[in-house]
Amino acid sequence: MTQFADGITPEIAASHLPADEYEKTVEILGRAPNIVELGIFSVMWSEHCSYKSSRTHLKNFPVTGDKVIQGPGENAGVVDIGDGQACIFKMESHNHPSYIEPYQGAATGVGGILRDVFTMGARPIALMNALRFGAPEHAKTRQLVSGVVAGIGGYGNCVGVPTVGGETNFHSGYNGNILVNAMAVGIADTDKIFYARGAEPGQPIVYVGSKTGRDGIHGATMASAEFDDESDEKRPTVQVGDPFVEKKLIEACLELMDTDAIAAVQDMGAAGLTSSSVEMAGKGQVGLQMDLDKVPQREENMSAYEMMLSESQERMLFILKPGKEHIAEAIFNKWELDVATIGETTDTGRMVLTHKGETVCDIPLDPLAEDAPMYERPWARAIPEPAILASELSQPNDYAETILTMMVSPDLSSKAWIWKQYDRHVMADTAASSEDPADAAIVRVHGTNKAIAITTDCTPRYCENHPIEGGKQAVAEAWRNLTAVGADPIAITDCMNFGNPEKENIMGQFAECVEGMSEACRVLNFPVVSGNVSLYNETNGFAIPPTPAVGGVGLIPDMSMRMGFGGVKTGDILMVVGDTAGHLGASIYLKVIENREDGCPPPVDLDVEKRNGDFVRGQIRDDAIKACHDLSDGGLAAAASEMAMASGTGLNLVHDSELELHGWLFGEDQARYLLAINEAKAKDIRKAAKASGVPLHVIGIAGGNALTINGTIEVSISDLAAVNESFMPTLMGEAE
Amino acid sequence: MKSAVIVFPGSNCDRDAAMAIEKVTGTAPTMVWHQETALPDGTEFVMLPGGFSYGDYLRCGAMAGVSNIIPAVKAHAEDGKPLLGVCNGFQVLIETGLLPGALMRNASLHFVCEKSPLTIENGNTQFTSQYGANRDVIIPVAHHDGNYFADDETLDRIESEGQVVFRYARNPNGSARNIAGITNSEGNVMGMMPHPERAIDVDHGGTDGLAVFESILGSA
Repeated sequence: MTQFADGITPEIAASHLPADEYEKTVEILGRAPNIVELGIFSVMWSEHCSYKSSRTHLKNFPVTGDKVIQGPGENAGVVDIGDGQACIFKMESHNHPSYIEPYQGAATGVGGILRDVFTMGARPIALMNALRFGAPEHAKTRQLVSGVVAGIGGYGNCVGVPTVGGETNFHSGYNGNILVNAMAVGIADTDKIFYARGAEPGQPIVYVGSKTGRDGIHGATMASAEFDDESDEKRPTVQVGDPFVEKKLIEACLELMDTDAIAAVQDMGAAGLTSSSVEMAGKGQVGLQMDLDKVPQREENMSAYEMMLSESQERMLFILKPGKEHIAEAIFNKWELDVATIGETTDTGRMVLTHKGETVCDIPLDPLAEDAPMYERPWARAIPEPAILASELSQPNDYAETILTMMVSPDLSSKAWIWKQYDRHVMADTAASSEDPADAAIVRVHGTNKAIAITTDCTPRYCENHPIEGGKQAVAEAWRNLTAVGADPIAITDCMNFGNPEKENIMGQFAECVEGMSEACRVLNFPVVSGNVSLYNETNGFAIPPTPAVGGVGLIPDMSMRMGFGGVKTGDILMVVGDTAGHLGASIYLKVIENREDGCPPPVDLDVEKRNGDFVRGQIRDDAIKACHDLSDGGLAAAASEMAMASGTGLNLVHDSELELHGWLFGEDQARYLLAINEAKAKDIRKAAKASGVPLHVIGIAGGNALTINGTIEVSISDLAAVNESFMPTLMGEAE
Repeated sequence: MKSAVIVFPGSNCDRDAAMAIEKVTGTAPTMVWHQETALPDGTEFVMLPGGFSYGDYLRCGAMAGVSNIIPAVKAHAEDGKPLLGVCNGFQVLIETGLLPGALMRNASLHFVCEKSPLTIENGNTQFTSQYGANRDVIIPVAHHDGNYFADDETLDRIESEGQVVFRYARNPNGSARNIAGITNSEGNVMGMMPHPERAIDVDHGGTDGLAVFESILGSA
């Protein structure tokens, strides 16, 4: 016979936890949970906070390496960038809230990921984002793009952290569930990194930042459920952000971090006060005693339940060393932010909350964190689709027209309409952002001559058709993009966006993507140091394409070694690193020209990827390369078009291989780079490639003002630029 | 040269401003918190940086325009010493009445961040004398409310008196007569939406903004 506490009906219990998990709470407590306790168990054990479906697979990721200071498990990953400095970064999803309320959903996504980074003591130096919207023609797409872009800009611009890059795709698979993945990157001194662990009994718990309101209650639970037609009714669970408070919070926290007052720190993100306090206690193996009457409150008569589950933004929780409260008070008062000592750590191992003189919660902490459910959900392997080679497809009649059609397509078109709304230059260290011809963003480490390179990548159509190869490819492309700007790739963060894990095929997509990603991370020595899982991205039973977004970070040891794909001049020799077999399965060409999305994506040979990339990076550092662009979406034709547009100089390609021309131009074979080489250096680089066993093919020469192929096919740079720039303004109803 | 950068809650280009001033003058400016009531003794140049002072609540620059430090900033201007406001700093100067006109929401209604080609209309000011014969520069803009507006009489007057210093060659925000930066009638207070402090470095934004700071140094 199931027990229930006073005021708890079976319906209330069921709306918080599945029956078996409810029974577990009764077992842990030795009695039925009250409403506050039920709320706390429900958010801590939500998919969003507990990773209960994904943990069993995520443990396969390689998470260590000689540069890794902190892997997954803290607020963000930390890697060593030399000279006593660390780069701290993470990517996180804010998909569900952004679909319901695009401006605030996206804005608070940016705010949340920034807090994850500065909580660890880093000054944020860059923001990135990976966005997936529904089909351009879908009725909601324009409104969602408009709101999400304004929200990202509205928050990032105000806090004064440059938004330097990202990617945006459109596909009908996201019609009912858009993806908004935001990434933040910060820099700290390696001896000034702050963790959630470190608390000891008898230390004050200090709340800082905004007051607590009723917004966002059960946001973490919402993010762990499917959508249906009534999802708009969930709008009140979306939080509201205030970037002005966040900016003050960054400055105040960094000021406090300059003192020796802090024992542990955690931002209040998903599940707010509950998860921040529980995580710090769990990591310090201590208990918590908090008086909720002392929590700064924005609204009257808030209940203990509401305070513990609120996801009001711009709040942090510190555990200070005893007697240091006055230091925090002085700093937060100066910045006109709330600061309140709301309790202390204990040696009981229990979380005890009082409100209005009564004990409203008394839970043993260890089982709350450690006994969280973990599922071995059944999963099924995807059935591989056959490869599609160029020889199986008829050639287009008009190649020039085909290239223009591809360059105006949603995935290849210019996203200037989006990135012009982001401040990319604040902090005055941006060396390359979305506007610049470079495969990754480049941000100088302030006051030094080294730079961080950052990229976000994923090709969902590959993951859909072959999750293992797609998972490998997402990691490999991030590694390649960092290589193409001259960086040493260091590590990745990930944002695993999938449908309902209770379905075998979806869980299979997840498991196989993780499998592919893990293999790529291992071979490329490119470990996972942080990440986030977003499941249940489904509406009315339709799941999104599997989208394991990868955020890669690398180091450019000297700014003079950075590389881009512009600046090509007449007479430069064009070469392609890597072999082209003409793989057109799941390619942009197949989708845009043949209106098909089937076929196996191009296989990823990780050893070849590594060999070719290491060669390219070495040649960049030997100053042998003038311009470098990775070959990915749209193949050689897209890369050459972009290089020509960026340089204002034509590229004249000569096709003299056995491979059909459409395979050569549009094939998306991996591990390839397009290079422009000064004529005087052409001989040396060919010699070097031969010595390294790297295939290097001369494919043409720069000059004129058009992209030409064999002198017969010609597309002018001005036509390319005109179509490439037209898609976004047309979509947004702002075409001139 | 002794300089000061005023820091309001929400300023976010204060560090960039300080870097530019230090690069040109060789001396780091004093960072003056908005709740101070006096500038450091001997301050020769004051800069109001970009950002979102007070979160742009009420109106961009409105609350900063009445903060504690503003009387001291006004007195500095009345003494004829150079005062530069960039972006949000320009908005603050307008709110304090030190410069004429208004800055409205961009005509596109979008925030705009781009490298903006500008024409120097007046190369004889305390802020532009070091540009020499160079009249075409590229300096980044990044703002949501930079659409300069004034009545025709005011526009005619500031144009005829050489107070229009920078004009956009490609208007990003709908500003009247492509105005990007103006001075007061005395010529010692300048406000501009483009960010010269983001164009002092070949590795970031180019170097077309350097001469603004060199001019101030030369004039002080």
